Amino acid sequence: MAENKQLKRVDIIFSEECGFKEILSDALKMDNEKIVDELLNSGLRGRGGAGFPTGMKWKFTAQEKGDERFIICNADEGEPGTFKDREILFKVPYKVFGGMAVGAKVIGAKEGYIYLRGEYKFLLNDLQKHLDEFHKTLDALDFDFRIHIVTGAGAYICGEESALFESMEGKRGEPRNKPPYPTVSGYKGKPTVINNVETLVYAFMICRLGSEKFKELGTDDSRGSKVFSVSGDTPIAGIYELELGMPLQDFVDEFGDGDTKAVQVGGAAGFCVPRKKFKDTVIGFEGVPTGGSMMVFNSSRSMFNVIHNYLEFFEEESCGQCTPCRVGCQQLLLGVEAVKRGDKSIDYLDELLKLSQTMKLTSKCGLGQSVANSFSSIVDNFREEMIY
Amino acid sequence: MINLNIDGIDVSIEEGKTILDASRKAKIKIPTLCHHEDLCVAGNCRVCIVQQEGAKGLVAACAMPVHEGMKIHTNTMEVRRSRKHIIELLLSEHNADCTKCYRNNNCELQSMANQYRTGNEMFLDLVPEKNYTIDQSSPSIMKDDSKCIRCQRCVRTCENLQAVSALAVANKGGKMKISSFFEKPMHDVVCTNCGQCINRCPTGALIEVNNIDEVWEAIYDKSKHVVVQTAPAVRVGLGEELGFHAGSRVTGKMVSALKRLGFDSVLDTQFTADLTIMEEGTELLTRLKKALVDEDTSIRLPMMTSCSPGWIKFSEHIFPDFLENLSTCKSPQQMFGSLAKTYYAQQRNLDPKDIVSVSIMPCTAKKFEADRPEMRDSGYKDVDHVLTTRELAIMIKQAGLEFMEMDDQKFDSLMGDSTGAATIFGATGGVMEAALRTAYELVTGREVPFENLNIMPVRGMEGVKEAVVKIENPVEAWKFLDGVELRCAIAHGLTNAKKLMQSVKDGKANYHFIEIMACPGGCLGGGGQPIPTSQKIRDQRTKAIYEEDMAMPIRKSHENPDVTKIYQDFLGEPLSHKSHELLHTKYVKRERY
Ligand SMILES: Cc1cc2nc3c(=O)[nH]c(=O)nc-3n(C[C@H](O)[C@H](O)[C@H](O)COP(=O)(O)O)c2cc1C
Ligand code: SF4
Ligand code: SF4
Ligand code: SF4
Ligand code: SF4
Ligand code: FES
Repeated sequence: MAENKQLKRVDIIFSEECGFKEILSDALKMDNEKIVDELLNSGLRGRGGAGFPTGMKWKFTAQEKGDERFIICNADEGEPGTFKDREILFKVPYKVFGGMAVGAKVIGAKEGYIYLRGEYKFLLNDLQKHLDEFHKTLDALDFDFRIHIVTGAGAYICGEESALFESMEGKRGEPRNKPPYPTVSGYKGKPTVINNVETLVYAFMICRLGSEKFKELGTDDSRGSKVFSVSGDTPIAGIYELELGMPLQDFVDEFGDGDTKAVQVGGAAGFCVPRKKFKDTVIGFEGVPTGGSMMVFNSSRSMFNVIHNYLEFFEEESCGQCTPCRVGCQQLLLGVEAVKRGDKSIDYLDELLKLSQTMKLTSKCGLGQSVANSFSSIVDNFREEMIY
Repeated sequence: MINLNIDGIDVSIEEGKTILDASRKAKIKIPTLCHHEDLCVAGNCRVCIVQQEGAKGLVAACAMPVHEGMKIHTNTMEVRRSRKHIIELLLSEHNADCTKCYRNNNCELQSMANQYRTGNEMFLDLVPEKNYTIDQSSPSIMKDDSKCIRCQRCVRTCENLQAVSALAVANKGGKMKISSFFEKPMHDVVCTNCGQCINRCPTGALIEVNNIDEVWEAIYDKSKHVVVQTAPAVRVGLGEELGFHAGSRVTGKMVSALKRLGFDSVLDTQFTADLTIMEEGTELLTRLKKALVDEDTSIRLPMMTSCSPGWIKFSEHIFPDFLENLSTCKSPQQMFGSLAKTYYAQQRNLDPKDIVSVSIMPCTAKKFEADRPEMRDSGYKDVDHVLTTRELAIMIKQAGLEFMEMDDQKFDSLMGDSTGAATIFGATGGVMEAALRTAYELVTGREVPFENLNIMPVRGMEGVKEAVVKIENPVEAWKFLDGVELRCAIAHGLTNAKKLMQSVKDGKANYHFIEIMACPGGCLGGGGQPIPTSQKIRDQRTKAIYEEDMAMPIRKSHENPDVTKIYQDFLGEPLSHKSHELLHTKYVKRERY
């Protein structure tokens, strides 16, 4: 367990203290290897969920052969309870563009894309205006790179990177087999870096702050800070940038309403932590990771309803191609209903828990693999609520 | 080479192969459902999961490339429990009424359920109401979503092998399904009725429309005279359904069986295949003459074969500007049909209204073809019922015939004689070869300059083949062809056909004659042939076809005595007025969507 640090608010993502043009022109003058080394040394891991080291992702893509390659900003933000990417794109879009440009320099991409969640179309006009300005800046710096914005059709699964490529290629958004990974074969089968909105901003800011400064924050496994979307039974819902590696108890002390019974860390795909585990739970890759969503539940909440909602969500948002996820989600959903009604015995919950493990082991992509996270953490910890 | 270890067995295999490929080398059978060797990898059913040391979760053997030092376990407790779960899940959304199902006893899902002994239902039944709609709109293809396991083999077949994309995935989550364009009935979409999706569907979700009962009824009806014709590819496929290994030639047994089933006359589509060569060969030479000598610019070249009804419907949808390039010849099935109710009726003193004409085809598109309004030139429906090779096998089983023990019999006469040239219609390149054997000899008076008449350049499984035949010293009537290099091309499978046609359309290719078959391998890989199919099976059937050709006493269509006789007694000459009336047809433009 990490040492018990205090909850620390951080101001890197939204900070306006330094002109981005300066950061950009400095970064574009840096050696590619230096940038990668800085990223590796910083310990920055992807903020989109999977937590892959960003420096490695860029390095691998840079090493691939062939002249065409792409950098893509994943702004599909479909996880229920998450709205931090929207905030970042709204407030500091040029930092996102900047991160993409630096990435493009490192991997040698001439084209970049922002895959914008369908529901965020209202951002499009402003984003495009900022982008036009940004392109002028790039021209002034004599850097050959263009960013295009594409909007999604509103399917959660299109946030999964390979489904996102399929969708961009005009096909149905179905996750691909991996390997090959995007660094080898991504958009249009070309080497591709795909990063979350927030990851790109951190990468950009590391060029400014230096990796040592970034590393001062967080823990060995979870360096730096992260933007959280806090929602649910909290008097102060909103977007907060916090140092990683905090004990959940500290978080609850700050954000709870005094009656918190559980926190859903990482949205529907994440884990539900009950009160008795608040003290022992670290928010970060060594403990419970999150793409940003922190949903607080107080004792008035029915955890049956919570898991029921999540299962309804997964049952609908599964792309439906692979058996464990397509059918498994339906079985879990109907299964908890049947237990609740008394049509199935309590023991059936154990069958369903085993099924959720099979889904975790055998599903083709992260969606089906992660259903067990919320399912087993809620059913295990709130078993009586599933029945009565 | 990559070295890996599967269940303790060391295997070396080329880079780029999968764990599944390696396991086969190690003689370990990993179960599969969505995987099909003719198709690209999908990795969606997940029954092939195995444990890879060091990997998070289990991996799909069909989709995971091998790498050096990999250690794989295919039969751990975790693997087996997960696999059983997955099969249970598939069954829970499956309308498993096997006893009523066409694929009973030849179903990949069923045999997997059987292996895994999924006796007591583990999960909730997701198909409680048994009132789903089955799409029966098409005369060829029947689609029953309640039997579909969503493996997408059909989608990949239709899109990748056939370039048609009549089937696609619709909806997501639990509502995900295989759909036709905008959920329109199969009859109203671009489907070519080729049946290739049926051949690759692991379950009973896609099957051919069954016409067995109609045929039994006709046989039992004493007032009817029931004639049956059998296509070339049937005789090298049928055995697979009835205990023989792939590539067995069962012509004689098939004839015996048909007689025992009660058909009044057992005749041969190969007779009209020979006739097709006479008509189509003459048509080609006539087109060449008009184009080269008369410089008639309205003549369309290359001429394209028209005996594959899947290809015909495909070109009507996709290449409507090339319909005049299609030979006007009907397919051998339809030539046979119109002659059965005219020539045959006349010679046998039968009233055509009392004749029921049945055909046994390796093809599902022939069902659609027989239903086309153009196919009534005898004044009746030229072909009343079309059965696939598979349906014939069912009739034989229903009649309790010991097929493997049957003696060999010969086709009945009048329209039962044929040649080796007609036999090879069943393989890709066969129509071309048969046409060249006859046309070359008509033009030069000499046999084609290939050893044993075997024109090897047009044979084989390459997607698009080309051949050039130079004509030297022709007889007087064809002097204008002296020195002409006849450029031919052959494609099988509609994706290859599309490629070839696109190059013609773009003006990049300059052929005189093109043979196209809708199905991979030609008719022997047809949508009505025994399931399963694979390249190996198609190769074995191909070998059998060419053996059958070599075994025939006559191997050139123009030497078929029955053909000579029909021209003498009935048709006059190729492309005569009567021929045009009965043996030729026209095509219609169809929309893409
Ligand atoms: C079902 C599913 C949905 C996802 N949705 C998103 C998303 O909306 N935004 C995102 O950045 N990553 C999403 N991801 C993760 C991406 O696949 C990918 O890992 C990420 O974009 C990589 O960026 P990072 O390395 O910067 O985290 C999703 C993954 C899955 C399995
Ligand atoms: S796990 Fe779910 S979302 Fe992912 S590929 Fe399978 S069905 Fe689609
Ligand atoms: S498809 Fe297979 S498992 Fe399903 S009913 Fe038919 S035979 Fe049985
Ligand atoms: S019959 Fe042929 S064209 Fe029709 S859906 Fe099946 S594969 Fe596609
Ligand atoms: S119809 Fe057959 S081939 Fe197509 S997805 Fe369903 S089970 Fe698979
Ligand atoms: S056979 Fe491998 S996933 Fe279907």
